[in-house]
Amino acid sequence: MSSDKEEQKQKAAKAAGAEKPAAKPAPTPKPAAPPAAKPPAAAAPPAKEPEPPAFEKGLAQELVSKFGDAVKIVYIKPVRIKVETAPSSIVEVATYLRDSMGFDHAESASGTDYLKENHIEVNYHLGSYTREDLLAHIMVLTTKANRDDPRLPSLVRVYPSVEYHERETFEMLGVYFEGHPRMERFLLPEDWADIPPLRKDFRIKGR
Amino acid sequence: MATLEEKIEETRRLGLQVVKETEEDRLMTLSIGPQHPGSGHFRFTVKVDGDYIVYCDPDPGYVHRGEEKMCEYRNVIQNIPHLERPVIHDSTNVTYSYSLAVEDLMGIQVPRRGQFIRAIASEMNRQVYTLYWLAIYGIFLGHSTMFMWPAGDRELFIDLLERLTGARVTHAYNIPGGVRNDMPEGFKQRCLDHINYFEKRLKEYEDIFYNMPLFRQRTEGVAVLSKEDAVKLGVTGSVLRASGVPYDIRKVEPYDVYNEIDFKVQYMKTGDSFARSYVPFLDMKESCHIMRQLLDKMPQSGEVRTKLQPNPKGPAGEAYRRVESGRGALGYHIVSDGTPKPYRVKISVGSFRNMLALPFLLVGNKLADMPAVYWSLNYWPVEADR
Repeated sequence: MSSDKEEQKQKAAKAAGAEKPAAKPAPTPKPAAPPAAKPPAAAAPPAKEPEPPAFEKGLAQELVSKFGDAVKIVYIKPVRIKVETAPSSIVEVATYLRDSMGFDHAESASGTDYLKENHIEVNYHLGSYTREDLLAHIMVLTTKANRDDPRLPSLVRVYPSVEYHERETFEMLGVYFEGHPRMERFLLPEDWADIPPLRKDFRIKGR
Repeated sequence: MATLEEKIEETRRLGLQVVKETEEDRLMTLSIGPQHPGSGHFRFTVKVDGDYIVYCDPDPGYVHRGEEKMCEYRNVIQNIPHLERPVIHDSTNVTYSYSLAVEDLMGIQVPRRGQFIRAIASEMNRQVYTLYWLAIYGIFLGHSTMFMWPAGDRELFIDLLERLTGARVTHAYNIPGGVRNDMPEGFKQRCLDHINYFEKRLKEYEDIFYNMPLFRQRTEGVAVLSKEDAVKLGVTGSVLRASGVPYDIRKVEPYDVYNEIDFKVQYMKTGDSFARSYVPFLDMKESCHIMRQLLDKMPQSGEVRTKLQPNPKGPAGEAYRRVESGRGALGYHIVSDGTPKPYRVKISVGSFRNMLALPFLLVGNKLADMPAVYWSLNYWPVEADR
């Protein structure tokens, strides 16, 4: 076991060394990431946006050069990249991210309901356990579904780890994932007979 | 000795009906939980063929509280007390990544002393959680000493946290901007005394529990999760590290002061129930080492918190931050629209992610191994339901 530890120590030191500039949490002031799909509250001046780190930029460039107009970079921050795709190309992009770029698992899949824009944004937070230089990185793959008939292709065949997350998104936001083996109730009570509770037009009683 | 056909013939001749056993007759469906002491507030159905589990279907949701929806109705500070309810035993870590994400969104900087106190509190809280988990793991494998010892030693850290935060389990101590109050007088020495005592106890745990042949027989080689499967299923925390992936958020994405701390990521390669139960133990050992360093390097005086305006708000945007909790990576995805209340909060918790491994591991094992497998997943039902 001692040799394992040595090897692991070296790895960790390498990883820590590589990530150090990017991973310092507190001292990076964040002057408002320009929200792509946010209600247009505080529109931060885009000039204040800090220059994105080179490594993250390279990853984003790789995606753009591969898929062209099918992907749109929403933001590039240290160790966080958000990429938007159309529902029709999300499986293809996810497969590329898994096979060629090393994002091997999904940490979470969640939805956000935008009532005014009439769409639901689904975010997949993808990470990597196997590629050394990606350990700290989260690739947010996002797509939008129409609020009136939210149907999206499921990523469960690409990332088995999204199975329960997609099921949760289905019952909480009503997004139907086509190709998912079980689009059924998960956390809510069996006799739940209301609209999906994380939609914005669902109001908690008395609030 | 009559053959089967002769026996059937004989039965028919007597005027009796011959009914062949089908596969359905062989299988028995068992519902485990939600009021079963072996499952916590969690239900899963298993189908058994004799002793062996052939099907498993988790059914969480018995303690679903709608934390994510509740977040949308309260401002960022009001959210803290209810967010720690999913895991009251690990309440400092639950609010840690929340605070980090809010700080990211609002551009708040935490004073250096505050960062250290935060890290110390979260290390202690992780010990509290792991000891509680170990106590449950012990009792469900029929080892009642291993229930009483960790449950008793857990009180030491609870006492320390009570001195530090004012509350025994639900501390509401981490807030965006730092920690709520400074350390009391003489806390450092008391802490070091407890750590010294606890390290001696850990040796005894190893002797009485981990080195016991009975325990090893029940766990070694049971429900092996290979490295490839662990990565594919996206498990996290001790389950992942037991399968040979040295992944710890404190190391790969150091938050606050963890990049100044020298520690090793504890992991094993076998991926069986024994490894999954031994890795948290190794983590506890390493955590003592981390706490000593944190106490040593902490600035002796200074601010512990950046004062925020009442009802604080930041620009619109989103943030995703993670910490290493007792059950693995704990991430918050917060979307803000520029108002004091978050627009959307998604909590990505280790228990929910590790639940995917439960059917994967149980199928093919004996029903009697169920507690050894289930509790080795470091699963906390309330956290998974949120």
